[in-house]
Amino acid sequence: MAFVLAPSAPIASWLAELDNWSKTSPGFFTGKAIVLDVSKLSVNPSEIAELVETLSQRSIRVLGLENAQTDQLDPSLPPLLTGGRPATDPQPASRRQEPGSMVFEHPIRSGQSIIFPHGDVTILGSVASGAEVVAGGSIHVYGALRGRALAGSTGDIRARIFCNRNEAELMSIDGYYQTADDMDASLRGRPAQCWLKDRVLSIAALD
Amino acid sequence: MARVLVVTSGKGGVGKTTSTAALGAALAQTGQSVAVVDFDVGLRNLDLIMGAERRVVFDLVNVIQGVAKLPQALIRDKRLETLWLLPASQTRDKDALTEQGVAAVINELRGKFDWVICDSPAGIERGATLAMRFADCAVIVTNPEVSSVRDSDRIIGLLDAKTEMAEKGQRIEKHLLITRYDPQRAQRGEMLNIEDVLEILSTPLLGIIPESQEVLRASNLGSPVTLCNATSAPARAYLDAARRLKGETVPMCIPTEQHRLLSRLFGRRAA
Repeated sequence: MAFVLAPSAPIASWLAELDNWSKTSPGFFTGKAIVLDVSKLSVNPSEIAELVETLSQRSIRVLGLENAQTDQLDPSLPPLLTGGRPATDPQPASRRQEPGSMVFEHPIRSGQSIIFPHGDVTILGSVASGAEVVAGGSIHVYGALRGRALAGSTGDIRARIFCNRNEAELMSIDGYYQTADDMDASLRGRPAQCWLKDRVLSIAALD
Repeated sequence: MARVLVVTSGKGGVGKTTSTAALGAALAQTGQSVAVVDFDVGLRNLDLIMGAERRVVFDLVNVIQGVAKLPQALIRDKRLETLWLLPASQTRDKDALTEQGVAAVINELRGKFDWVICDSPAGIERGATLAMRFADCAVIVTNPEVSSVRDSDRIIGLLDAKTEMAEKGQRIEKHLLITRYDPQRAQRGEMLNIEDVLEILSTPLLGIIPESQEVLRASNLGSPVTLCNATSAPARAYLDAARRLKGETVPMCIPTEQHRLLSRLFGRRAA
């Protein structure tokens, strides 16, 4: 099974869209077989070569071309493929992806940075002042949160932060944040959760 | 088998060198052979605290660069014959230390001593990372105040990431030594209390050394506090800590000065 990229003119804006998209899903194309469908473009061999080169600069390696005219092809280009059919069941591939959660069984120390864009982060211990946890999903801290917690870092507005004791320097969800100074003093030192409600960051005690 | 121990803290001025000398002497007093190694190249102090500054000929950097052999650089303590010092160089800087050189020196010391105690410089740069690099266990020296505690936390993270043991997937054994603890100030809330420090650092406690004039007096006399006045409060606390390092179970208490205890008793009687 291969992944088909079908660029449309103008190529510059298509590339911008691609860049935007791969920014939110870093590493999506790594290790994937990519086929370039040029049916929506009317280009000459040098332009195809240029496009293949541009993609390889973005770590996207093109395995083959589809719907290209034979006279467009140059021996240095990837081979022409025919008879491709849309894949009906992409499930098996996605099932093999790593689980969307990461667990740490020790405290996160000052100066350490945990970055996990693929899902939830659970910490069985405290997050020290000067430490940072960044998760694509939610963050659970079964200890005191004294450092920074940034959930929903890849745009998940449903992500939340939970901690056994809120001493956080900063809490953020999808870029909306509050520093320790902004937080209600009555919420400090208590179990708390943090979530996004109509684009406003809310923090509430859990006890 | 020798144990290599690093005394570290991140922050400066918390008592690493004092603790290295006191623990080294305390272990040597129990008959163990001990080498204390000063890693603070460029700002050496351990030789002063040990009272050996007038006998330094060669130093750690000389040994690493092959100018001198290890036995030529080791200085035997005048009071305890199982206690030895490997001084740092004062005229060089930390870049004179190489990882291979330090590895070779530590390896050679392992063959000669029961304990190798490395006195780390402050900071998290080359000197500090090389001092902890080959250690089997670490003593983290912390004062009960927020900046010291946060720096210690940072150092514990580095111990779990940058040491040879950590890179092999093992966890370095860590002990927390709280120094300059003043029970009265802690009671008045002017100092972090022990429970808070332990909770923040989640590392087992090796000992609590009370704030005392004895420590300063011993430093100025060039004698580890455990040798200078073995019955003083800080000396007793260090002696207990050394026994815990050897694996003995010693109940945790904060020693107080004898005369203070007496005056308190008299004070109560008068009231």
